[in-house]
Amino acid sequence: MMLIDPHAHMISRTTDDYQAMAASGVVAVIEPAFWVGQPRTHVGTYIDYLSAIIGFERFRAGQFGIRHYCTVGLNSKEANNEELAEAVMEILPRFALKEGVVAIGEIGYDEQTELEDKYFRQQLELAKELELPVMIHTPHRDKKRGTTRSMDVCEEHGMDPSKIIVDHNNEETVREVLDRGYWAAFSIYPSTKMGNTRMVEILAEYGAERIMVDSACDWGISEPLGVAKTAKLALERGIPQNQVEMVCYKNALAAYGQSGQMHEDDWLNPSAIDQRTMYEGNSILRGGREPVVQESAVERNANNLIIE
Amino acid sequence: MTGTAADLLKPAELLKQWLKTRLTAEQATWFETQLQKIHQSNSDRELHITLGMIPRKLGRADLSPTDTERAEANRLQPGWDPQNWSIDIAARVAVTCQLAELRPERFTTTITDLCRNADLAESIALYSGVSVYPQSAELDQLIGEGLRTNIRSVFEAIAHHNPYPAKYFDENRWNHMVLKALFIDSTLAPIVGLDKRANADLARILCDYAKERRAAGRPVSHELWRCVGPFASGDMINDLERATHSESRTEKLAALLALSTSTDERAKAILAAHSAIQQQIANGSLTVGSIEQQQNSSNVS
Repeated sequence: MMLIDPHAHMISRTTDDYQAMAASGVVAVIEPAFWVGQPRTHVGTYIDYLSAIIGFERFRAGQFGIRHYCTVGLNSKEANNEELAEAVMEILPRFALKEGVVAIGEIGYDEQTELEDKYFRQQLELAKELELPVMIHTPHRDKKRGTTRSMDVCEEHGMDPSKIIVDHNNEETVREVLDRGYWAAFSIYPSTKMGNTRMVEILAEYGAERIMVDSACDWGISEPLGVAKTAKLALERGIPQNQVEMVCYKNALAAYGQSGQMHEDDWLNPSAIDQRTMYEGNSILRGGREPVVQESAVERNANNLIIE
Repeated sequence: MTGTAADLLKPAELLKQWLKTRLTAEQATWFETQLQKIHQSNSDRELHITLGMIPRKLGRADLSPTDTERAEANRLQPGWDPQNWSIDIAARVAVTCQLAELRPERFTTTITDLCRNADLAESIALYSGVSVYPQSAELDQLIGEGLRTNIRSVFEAIAHHNPYPAKYFDENRWNHMVLKALFIDSTLAPIVGLDKRANADLARILCDYAKERRAAGRPVSHELWRCVGPFASGDMINDLERATHSESRTEKLAALLALSTSTDERAKAILAAHSAIQQQIANGSLTVGSIEQQQNSSNVS
C-alpha cells in the first residue's frame, strides 16, 4: 500500500529512517516548519532553516525515492519573540511560493499568549492571500480549549475549514474538529500524543472521512514508521482496506493537494526534468537496477559487521 | 572579459523567442506582463513572485531545443548548450538576464540573494544561466558557493554544458570541479572545455584518486584517463598501463586512447602492443565520443 506521512520533521532524522520509511511504503512526506528544540535568535537562522527544508531535505528524500513537501510558517513558541517574529513575517511570503510548499504551518497556539494570537492571525491572512492550506498545531497543554479557540479564530478570519488541517488531535478534540468541517490529523507519537491502538479505535468509531494519520517524527523519541504501523494494525483489527487507504494516503493528498503543489503524478509519473535532477530513487527503479531500498539495509544492529 | 551590453541583451531576447514558440498566448502574455512589472517595480517583490510562479504558470516540460536553437545558443556564447533545459529554467534565466541588462548595478547583489534563498529547481535554473550573466568577482564567489553543494543536480547546472567554468575558473577550482564530478558519481563528458583545460596538476590529482579507489576496491570511472593522457609521464604511465588491463573494456579503450595523446616513449610502446586498437584510434573510429556512445547504449540495454 502506498503511504503518505503528512507530518514528519525529516531534518531531524537519519538516512536509516528514510530507508525504513521507503521500505514500508511511504512515497511522500510533508515536513512542517517547526521549533527546532532550541530557540532561534536571528532571522538568518530561520532563513537557512527554511532554505534547508525546501532544498537539501527535498534532495535527501529524493535519494530514497520519497517525494518531499513542506509547509512554512512561524511556530507558536517563537511567535513569543517579537523581534524575531516580525522579521520572520517579513520573509515568509517569499518562502511560501517555493516549489513543494503545500501549506502555511505548523501554526497555532502553545501557551495561548497575545503574541501567539497576533501572529497566528497574520499567518491565516497570508494563507488566504496566497490561497494555501493551513496546518494547525494544537497545543500540548490546555489542548481542548486551544483547539476550539484555533477554529474560532479561523472562522473569524473567514477561512474555509476544508483547507485547514487541525493536527495532533485526540479522543477529546476529534468530534468537534470533524463536526465543524475541518480535516482531523492524528500524530502517532509515543508517550505524549496518540498511540496506534487508540487510533484504530477512533477509526472504528468515526470512520475515515477527513481523518489522516502522521508520525510527527522529530528530534524526540518518535516513530518514523508511525503511519505504516498504524495502517498494518488497522487492517489486522478489521478496518476496511479502503478506509485505511483514506487515512494513510488519500486524505493527505486531497487536503494538501489543494495547494496545487502536490500531485500523485509526482511519484507515479514524475516529469522528465524531475527525473533528471531530483528524484533519484525513482529513476534508479525505472532503470531496472536494484532498488535503492532493501529490507536488509533497514535492519540496524551491531551484528551486521561489514561496512562497504 | 566582461560582456558588452549588446551581448547581454541577446540571451534574454533569444530565450524569450524560444519560449514564445512553446507557450500559449495566455502564458506568453502573463510572462511578458511580469517582465514589465519587474522592470517598473522598485522592490524585489514582483521578481520573487514571478520566479516563484513561473513553473506554476508556464509548466516544467522539457525545452527540447531544436538544432537551430542550440546553434544560436552556441553562437551567442560558445559552449552554451541548453539541451537539458526545461521551460521553467529558460523562463527564469530570461528573467535574470533582463535584470542584468536593466539593473546592472544591482545585479550581483540580487542574484546572490536569489541563489541563497532558492528552492532546488530555482537553484538549478539560476546556476544554469551563469554563462550568460555579466561576469564579476561577486558572481565568481557565488558560483564557488554553488559548486560546494552536495546536491548533484545543482553541481551539474554549473559543471555540465556550461562554458563558464572553462572560461573563468582558475586552475585549482577547475581541477577540484573535475575531481568532485567523479567523486559524486557525475560524468566528465558534458564538461565544456575538458580537453582544453587539462593540466599536469589535474593529471596527478586524478592518478592519485584512481589509486585511492583501487586501494579501496572501488571502481574507477573510465573518463578520468582522458584528462591524464596528455600529461602522463613516469608513474602515471604505469597507472595507464594498469588500466589497459582492466576487466572493463570501456576502461581499457579509454586508457589506450589516453595513451595515444601522450608524447612519452613508453606510452607509444604500450599502445603499439594493441595494434588493432591503435589503428582504430589512428583512423578516427575510436574516439571519446564513440566510447561514450557504446557506454550509454550498454547502460540502456
